[in-house]
Amino acid sequence: MSGGVRIALLLPDLLGTYGDRGNVLVLEQRLAWRGIPSETVTVLSSAPEVPESCDVYLLGGGEDVAQTAAMRVLSRSPGLQRAAARGVPVLGICGGLQLLGTEFTTGDGVRHEGLGLVDAVTEPAGERAIGEVTANSVLAGVGMLTGFENHLGRTRLGAGSVPLGRVTRGTGNGHERAEGAVRGHVVCTYLHGPILARNPALADLLLEWAMGAPLQPIAEPEELAALRVERTRVRARNPK
Amino acid sequence: MTGTRRDGEQGETAEPDGERTAAGEGVPPPPRAADDATPTDPAAVPPWRVIAPPHPGGPATGRPLRTSLAVGAGRVVAGMSRRLRLGSGGMIGGRLALSLQPGLLGRLAAGRRIVMITGTNGKTTTTALVAEALRSRGTATSNVTGANMLDGHVAALMTDLSAPFAALEVDELHLAQVTAEFAPSVIVLLNLSRDQMDRVGEIRTVQRSLRAALERVPRTRVVANRDDPNIVSVAAGHPGVTWVSGGARWMHDASNCPRCGACITDLDGPWRCECGLARPEADWTVTADAVLGPDGRARQLSLQLPGHVNRINATFAVAAAAELGCDPDRVLARIADLRQASGRYATVLLDDRVVRLLLAKNPASWLEMLDLVSGHDRPLVLVVNSREADGYDVSWLWDVDFESLRGRAVLVTGERGLDLAVRLRYAGVRCEVVGTPQDALGRSGAEPDVIANYTAFRDLLARSVTR
Repeated sequence: MSGGVRIALLLPDLLGTYGDRGNVLVLEQRLAWRGIPSETVTVLSSAPEVPESCDVYLLGGGEDVAQTAAMRVLSRSPGLQRAAARGVPVLGICGGLQLLGTEFTTGDGVRHEGLGLVDAVTEPAGERAIGEVTANSVLAGVGMLTGFENHLGRTRLGAGSVPLGRVTRGTGNGHERAEGAVRGHVVCTYLHGPILARNPALADLLLEWAMGAPLQPIAEPEELAALRVERTRVRARNPK
Repeated sequence: MTGTRRDGEQGETAEPDGERTAAGEGVPPPPRAADDATPTDPAAVPPWRVIAPPHPGGPATGRPLRTSLAVGAGRVVAGMSRRLRLGSGGMIGGRLALSLQPGLLGRLAAGRRIVMITGTNGKTTTTALVAEALRSRGTATSNVTGANMLDGHVAALMTDLSAPFAALEVDELHLAQVTAEFAPSVIVLLNLSRDQMDRVGEIRTVQRSLRAALERVPRTRVVANRDDPNIVSVAAGHPGVTWVSGGARWMHDASNCPRCGACITDLDGPWRCECGLARPEADWTVTADAVLGPDGRARQLSLQLPGHVNRINATFAVAAAAELGCDPDRVLARIADLRQASGRYATVLLDDRVVRLLLAKNPASWLEMLDLVSGHDRPLVLVVNSREADGYDVSWLWDVDFESLRGRAVLVTGERGLDLAVRLRYAGVRCEVVGTPQDALGRSGAEPDVIANYTAFRDLLARSVTR
């Protein structure tokens, strides 16, 4: 890792609907604050192949057509799958969660095979889940998760994955109060916000997996603690 | 060939395509086409087709009793609302009139030439520009307060029953309702980017709705942005389109083909997707200091409204007005003096301080406003709310390049001040979070620029005093 941590931002032209780029900015800045160099490799859908040598991979969300187009690109050039098989951390948001699962059905009723990095099947629901979400993470040290969800899909986990958290408010996966999916170092979630900005412990956990070493604690942005508290109290849109 | 544009015809022989109910009196003479031909090329035919305006008095005469009652009641309620300072009356009066007579919008529109303006950014400013442009030829009414759904349109048309022209801003998802009621003369399609996705939904849904709206009115002229693939996708199939090119700016919502999802790599160039969607040839082009018309003439474009984005908005206004027979030179002279549109870009007195008010409500408009403030070093106050009209989700703050504010004095406030502050910290921008816009203004230096999103802007404007 002589050139620093290599962060792969996958297909932002297809999967980057709403603030997903923020997760990359957060990883870059948290490394910079610690004096650790990083390099972000942006892989567009026009790229000839997906590199497998990066240290952490991020996928955002997108609309149905974009998501299925992303699926075609990622299955044609399996760099992400090979990296994940080596234990490299992967973060998938919203549409990213759905295509990292085993199977997803788009709004038009068509079933698509997913990449299968987590054991999760997604089907569309009658209405979109929109609003603030809080969940308690099952990952050690991550604690309470906060984020904003906006998705039509409902995701059922199989035996091969555990949820990222248990929903205390909001919809999440829409089954068994589960939010997101985790298998090994592959982490999937419906939370925007973006999730790594609102949940720095999760950002640092991904970086520790990427570097294979513990990170020095840093002073957090002073407004962050207040923001986390504020977002767990507010009631925006979610009826529950 | 569409109803509003008759190829090859000149002068006053063209018939308006709306209802004709009275003889034309007091109508300014339509510009003579020959005046605009380049003197060195007398044979040149102006490429815009000169159209006679509809006749004042037309829309107002021969109204059935029920229409008169509905309009009368609506006006009374609107007047009461204004007098009691409950609001501008734009919504409530229109709503009441509409409830008394369904279909009233179509009746009020009959016989007039109406330009509808839609898109995610620049609707209100462009509507003000179009209204001003149309006034170069006749009276024009407009929904200046930004009430951009049907009741707002009814209210705008009710305020001046004899105006032959109207410029009406319409919410992206409500254009289809409008075209179910009547066929506008011109529809202006500005742009489509992510905006309030928790309320409006996906861009694709908006595209479907806009396409359905256009399919109902094949004779309507569409003035559309050729640099936005989402707009090209909506308008490309329409029989009569005038394309405007101002240069591509916010591109994060357009780098994959809206039809098939393939990557579009050269958005600044003559892009063409494998599925057939391609960048059309421009009829009107914005250059560094001029606007290039379909007649090949470059006309100087000078505006009081700041920023390149308003040069684009102004060009849409010139193009739309030209479709209705307005003379581009007269239009340009008229819109040059416009300083603000519904408070956008206005310099006002707020808490005894001279303040410039700027509206930014999504990544595309923040890009433009940050560009605008980068040219000076005035203090900055940024205000972000997240009420229903703003959208509850502010994740989009992370799609804005706030890094350009490094080294500036920035005060942050609004209901989502904490989200914005965290975003700025990650961008390396020093900022101070304060409780309210009043507190922020109290602590800012002289003559600050205030950039606020929708409800925050609206509240500040309501408290301000025009200078």
